[in-house]
Amino acid sequence: MATIDTQRADLPAPGSEGHPLFWKNRGHGHHFRSSAEEFDACKLGMWLFLATEILLFAGIFCAYTVFRTLYPEAWAEISHSLDWRFGLLNTVVLLLSSWTVASAVRAAQRGRNGALILNLVVTLICAALFIFIKLKFEYMVKLDLGKAPGTWFSYPYAENPQVPLCWSIYYMGTGLHALHVIIGACLLSWVLFRAIRYKAYGPTHYTMVETSALYWHLVDLIWIFLFPLLYLIH
Amino acid sequence: MTTVDTNHDHAHGGHHDEGSYLTPRGGFWSTIWAWASTVDHKKIGVMYLFAVLFMFFLGGMAAIAVRLELYEPVRQAMDATGATTITGQLFAPAGAESIDTGNQIYNRLFTLHGAIMVFMFIVPSIPASLGNFFLPLMLGAKDVAFPRVNLLSWYIYVTGSIFGVASIILGGVDTGWTFYTPYSTTTDADHWRVFFMVLAAFVLGFSSILTGLNFVVTTHKLRAPGMGWFDMPLFIWAIYATSIIQVLATPVIGITLLLLLFERLFHIGIFDPSLGGDPVLFQHFFWFYSHPVVYVMILPGMGIISELLAVHARKHIFGYRAIAFSSLGIAAVSFLVWGHHMFTAMGELSSTLFSALTFLVAIPTAIKVFNWIATLYKGSIALNTPMLYALSFLFLFSIGGLTGFPLATLSTDLHLHDSYFVVAHFHYVMMGGTVIAMVGGLHHWWPKMFGKMYNETWGIIGCLLVFVGFNVTFFTQFFLGTQGMPRRYASYVDEFHTLHMISTYGSWIILLGFLVHLFNFIHSLVAGPKAPPNPWGGLTMEWETESPPIEHNFHHEMLVKHGPYDFESVVPPHCDEAEFPLPPPQEGAGH
Repeated sequence: MATIDTQRADLPAPGSEGHPLFWKNRGHGHHFRSSAEEFDACKLGMWLFLATEILLFAGIFCAYTVFRTLYPEAWAEISHSLDWRFGLLNTVVLLLSSWTVASAVRAAQRGRNGALILNLVVTLICAALFIFIKLKFEYMVKLDLGKAPGTWFSYPYAENPQVPLCWSIYYMGTGLHALHVIIGACLLSWVLFRAIRYKAYGPTHYTMVETSALYWHLVDLIWIFLFPLLYLIH
Repeated sequence: MTTVDTNHDHAHGGHHDEGSYLTPRGGFWSTIWAWASTVDHKKIGVMYLFAVLFMFFLGGMAAIAVRLELYEPVRQAMDATGATTITGQLFAPAGAESIDTGNQIYNRLFTLHGAIMVFMFIVPSIPASLGNFFLPLMLGAKDVAFPRVNLLSWYIYVTGSIFGVASIILGGVDTGWTFYTPYSTTTDADHWRVFFMVLAAFVLGFSSILTGLNFVVTTHKLRAPGMGWFDMPLFIWAIYATSIIQVLATPVIGITLLLLLFERLFHIGIFDPSLGGDPVLFQHFFWFYSHPVVYVMILPGMGIISELLAVHARKHIFGYRAIAFSSLGIAAVSFLVWGHHMFTAMGELSSTLFSALTFLVAIPTAIKVFNWIATLYKGSIALNTPMLYALSFLFLFSIGGLTGFPLATLSTDLHLHDSYFVVAHFHYVMMGGTVIAMVGGLHHWWPKMFGKMYNETWGIIGCLLVFVGFNVTFFTQFFLGTQGMPRRYASYVDEFHTLHMISTYGSWIILLGFLVHLFNFIHSLVAGPKAPPNPWGGLTMEWETESPPIEHNFHHEMLVKHGPYDFESVVPPHCDEAEFPLPPPQEGAGH
């Protein structure tokens, strides 16, 4: 695979239509027979990776199920102290971002670079908003009260001895999810960078947009399960 | 040895513009850099091969040390003056007053052996080395689907192994390779070594996932034109089934070890009964990965055996579809049997169910063994090193498989669990199965990988030494187990002394056998005769290219013209019919 040195003088400027990363000029890996085959392979690879992500979270969901069954009162205490309005707000934010990222894929397929960039920017703003709400209005407030995971737990009014354990599972689940939000945002930022600088995506070349969007939908999907399980069931 | 048909592309003479993948380009440092940054599946396969063999050496040394400690029982005696003398303890510091120090060293040794062999050697062993090298070649592809991900997986593997070695340098761990809680979360609280060992296993999981994912996509998307699913060599079927398990099971150990690390560092309580957690939950999580993963270890070995038996007996594999589907069957059943590791911690109903499900594994496994034996029937068997290893596999793996029955049966397992019977059973399957298959496969494909023939006589001597040594070491342990010798103990009662001594002698014979192979391979690289493109008369696609293969694998796009096992009707590529004659047409045959 040839590496492309964008600093070389004889190469066209980034963003110009002669640049090798401009979508019309992009080929495919030497071991694939066509771009379409490469696209299919990448998509299958991403779906398999998403399966591994779901199984990773399955551990958390399984632990949640076990301890929810064992200690319903402790969990009720947690659910009551979680503010469903912030949970709902974040759900709306993520659903909106899923819509914009789907629109970004559509824009790439139709060769509309401006719409692609706009949709990606809105998606990234949603990601930042999600993390901000999570940190500022949820984690910070809880931590200040001493409702913290593991050894840091110091909330004096817990009525149930298993409450620290349940808080730990809450932080493990939402923390791991927040980490995935950040990873997804990094992927989408990379796509955004290449879209702005090289116009790298178009009707025949949008693999990276598609796979990053798939990843983003997974991030959304996991939250769709975390939200009712943690906030709504009492 | 083989005359090469001059109409074909062949290895002799430098008239091709593409050299072998091993040909250095440029000076020493640029060659090093070319390897370190390569996306060529063959180079990555070779780098994996050397990495896993190094880990096999480390784990093997730990095993030899374990056997040395068990050569004699540990005894502590006090004479009339009150001075204590300790006998039979190899690793205690001089002048130790108590047997505890020495015993703790033993605990660390067997943990190191287990953790290194499982996480750093046997899980990546065949798929990442031979699989990486031969999966694209056998499919007629130029590379795996995601070459850069492939390289990334190697670097993740190295990173994980460095964490493991760091843990050893910091003093090692004594948790056993299974890291059972609450011991693993509370022991050595002021040290980082348990943390590093668990982190190593966590990181290695990513490497395993990426390899598996890559292979599944490669098998789906990069088969040569004309190659349907049932035209694939059985090695590919085995690697495919393995990869599915790797992709689906490894994330679960990821989250389990992550929770274990958080439990250890921050006492989140999930596995800690004093906070309401459940240590048995750890065991469920752990075995939900670690039982399927024993099939990650054995399935590629089974794939190799299918290739070795067919090629070296020059017979069409018997029951192709049965073998292919039994690989998938094993992969499917593997997810349903984890509970048999916790028979004593479960209710009667769930134990019975898990016991019944465990018996199911025997069906696809036996289908494979019967088909392999039927393949040998009326074959023209060449008793060379790969074939001897394949025959050893059939013998040892059958013992390993059959001794699984008393362990799956609830009533007998009550007596046998956590005894040397389990140790012997496990080693018959893992070493007698996977390691034997891997060494056999390595001999089979060595000429293709490095372009040099090995010395057959020394190969056979090495194989016989390993076979004899293996049985001496581990068959004795079945007796020890049934007589009540528990696993993981540094000492034992005097009645077990003879059998333990025999077992230790066996470990030295195995070591000798592997040293013979090692020197044979080194000799082959330095002074071995040049290998022809197809020394065994194989029909799978890797034999159509040169030995060693050119950088882009094949000179032209591959087309499937015959099945991988049509030995009765096809003259192998690059081979003379005089050397690999086709059988005469059968009497009464219509053509």
